[in-house]
Amino acid sequence: MNFLTTLRVALRALKTNLLRSILTMLGIIIGVGAVIAMIAVGSGAQERVADQIRGLGSNLIIVMSGNLSSGGVRMGGGSGWTLTEDDAAALSAEIPGVVAAPMLRGGAQVIFGNLNWSTTVYGTTMEYLDARGWALSGGRGFEAAEMTSASKVVLIGETVSKQLFGDANPVGQTIRIKKVPFEIVGLLERKGQSMGGQDQDDLVLVPITTARKRVLGSGNQAKQRAVGSLVLSIADGYDAPAAQQQMTDLLRQRHKLQGTQEDDFTIRNLSEVLQAQEASSKAMSLLLAAIASVSLLVGGIGIMNIMLVSVTERTREIGLRMAVGARPRVILNQFLIEAMVVALIGGLIGIAVGVISSYAIAAIAGWRVALSPLTIVLAVGFAAAVGVFFGYYPARKASRLSPIEALRYE
Amino acid sequence: MTALIETFDLCKTYVMGEEEVRALQALTVTINEGECVAVMGPSGSGKSTFMNLVGCLDRPTSGHYRLHGEPVSEMDADQLAEARNRMIGFVFQSFNLLARTTATENVELPLMYAGVPPKERRERANAALAKVGLAQRVDHLPTQLSGGQQQRVAIARAIVNRPRLILADEPTGALDTRTSLEIMALFQELNSHGMAVVLVTHESDVAAFASRLLSFRDGKLVGDTAQKPRSAVDEIARLEAEAKVEAKVAA
Repeated sequence: MNFLTTLRVALRALKTNLLRSILTMLGIIIGVGAVIAMIAVGSGAQERVADQIRGLGSNLIIVMSGNLSSGGVRMGGGSGWTLTEDDAAALSAEIPGVVAAPMLRGGAQVIFGNLNWSTTVYGTTMEYLDARGWALSGGRGFEAAEMTSASKVVLIGETVSKQLFGDANPVGQTIRIKKVPFEIVGLLERKGQSMGGQDQDDLVLVPITTARKRVLGSGNQAKQRAVGSLVLSIADGYDAPAAQQQMTDLLRQRHKLQGTQEDDFTIRNLSEVLQAQEASSKAMSLLLAAIASVSLLVGGIGIMNIMLVSVTERTREIGLRMAVGARPRVILNQFLIEAMVVALIGGLIGIAVGVISSYAIAAIAGWRVALSPLTIVLAVGFAAAVGVFFGYYPARKASRLSPIEALRYE
Repeated sequence: MTALIETFDLCKTYVMGEEEVRALQALTVTINEGECVAVMGPSGSGKSTFMNLVGCLDRPTSGHYRLHGEPVSEMDADQLAEARNRMIGFVFQSFNLLARTTATENVELPLMYAGVPPKERRERANAALAKVGLAQRVDHLPTQLSGGQQQRVAIARAIVNRPRLILADEPTGALDTRTSLEIMALFQELNSHGMAVVLVTHESDVAAFASRLLSFRDGKLVGDTAQKPRSAVDEIARLEAEAKVEAKVAA
């Protein structure tokens, strides 16, 4: 007796008890649907965090000036500009895998024609784009000569471009920052919102030399090369904690701090925060999947329950099949296939339910969901395995019946 | 005449609790091809055990059994299933048809387990149904058939794989007199074409249609007599004649 015939017999039996078969399937449908939807929600959340990390640049670190104390009064971060452009250069040069850029920051109004927009001006070097993993969507970066000669060139963020130029290409145009005309040499790629909800594209970048001279000035900061903060990144493949320790050591040494003196700077690793978030969202999606799996398990027990009832109910039929020549193995296969068909059809309907509810969740709750083919294959494979696992015991029970007793069963 | 069923010292012992029940003791009997044998005895006499052993549904505790020369008592479960499929057709008191399954599909069952392809299965099943007089009822479900018709479907199922032996366990137990006679006539007709029939019954009326009578008591064969069988066809004719007379009298 071949597989096809056995399959047909199994399908017939399921059709004979259609309502019962569908109710049994329901457990698997809900189980598979829940697994798929929950994993989609979980991995959607993970993707969102991963995107934020990517947007930030890998292993982004910010070193802030300050934390001065004077006569026992600690002034807190940013209270004085203790970092310099040379610190940035030293960090880049001496610690492998590290790119550091100095950063001067200030607000300014930028004007083009009769339009104006208030934004943040950063005075920095070309390392800034490397450190933040930021690319240009048009134009070019600063050239070395422009850095030294404090040229009036500017890179603008997407938001600034939208406000002043609409959809037109801003590269080559001239804008005025604090009444000083600047040529736009490049447009920064869109980066979107930061974790805190800040618009990361609302900024303009000018050479740090130009910023000091023409835009931000050095104000009351006496030191000519002092900066408020440094932006650094550690390239992938380098040991971030070790590099961070090296930074601290190097900066303390350069700032001539003694053993017990407090750091006059603060290192903040932004990626760490996100990585913690990623870990927690991963844990959450695992938890969701685990809960959903429980419902799949319950569905499997439902199959076993119904198959056991079915075997008992059809004892005489089993006896007759044996009497007319069905081998025990054939009886086993028949019931096993019945269980598997229930699980598989349930699994396939479950995919549809899972996919539909994932999109429903995305539409209603506005969450990001990520469906992966692997999840779907796994869920259905799991459903089939549930069918085999929970179908085997009843099927074996059926195949082990004695034909004499089965025929006599009332 | 070639021997179809040969048993030598066949014994079957059940253990029920602490007690040993010797359901069948040292049975040695031979039934030839084409015979029509009735097996009689009160309940507990061992006739059911005899039927189970002869029907390859059970294995003996000791002794030997050869069916058509094949050593059945030496076979495992799979080989027994195959032997039943190939050589034996069962007819039961309660018909044992599959519910919600048409007559044809019920009759196809043994062929399915024999691995016959679907088209041939259908043809042979319908031919068997025609042979038992149900050519017009092939698509009927058991619930749409009378008791006699259901038993005919069961007989069609028993003969569809052309077995050497029909094993009928109280085949008329659930039927009225007239229908019983029709079923017995069918058995006698099949027997006249060379198929061996073993009837297990406790009714001497039914046993009278066989040409040989085996009597069991307390697990032992106590009688083995040849007899002139009654003809079921003649009985039906007699019944009809009586009915006519009664109708005349009433008129």
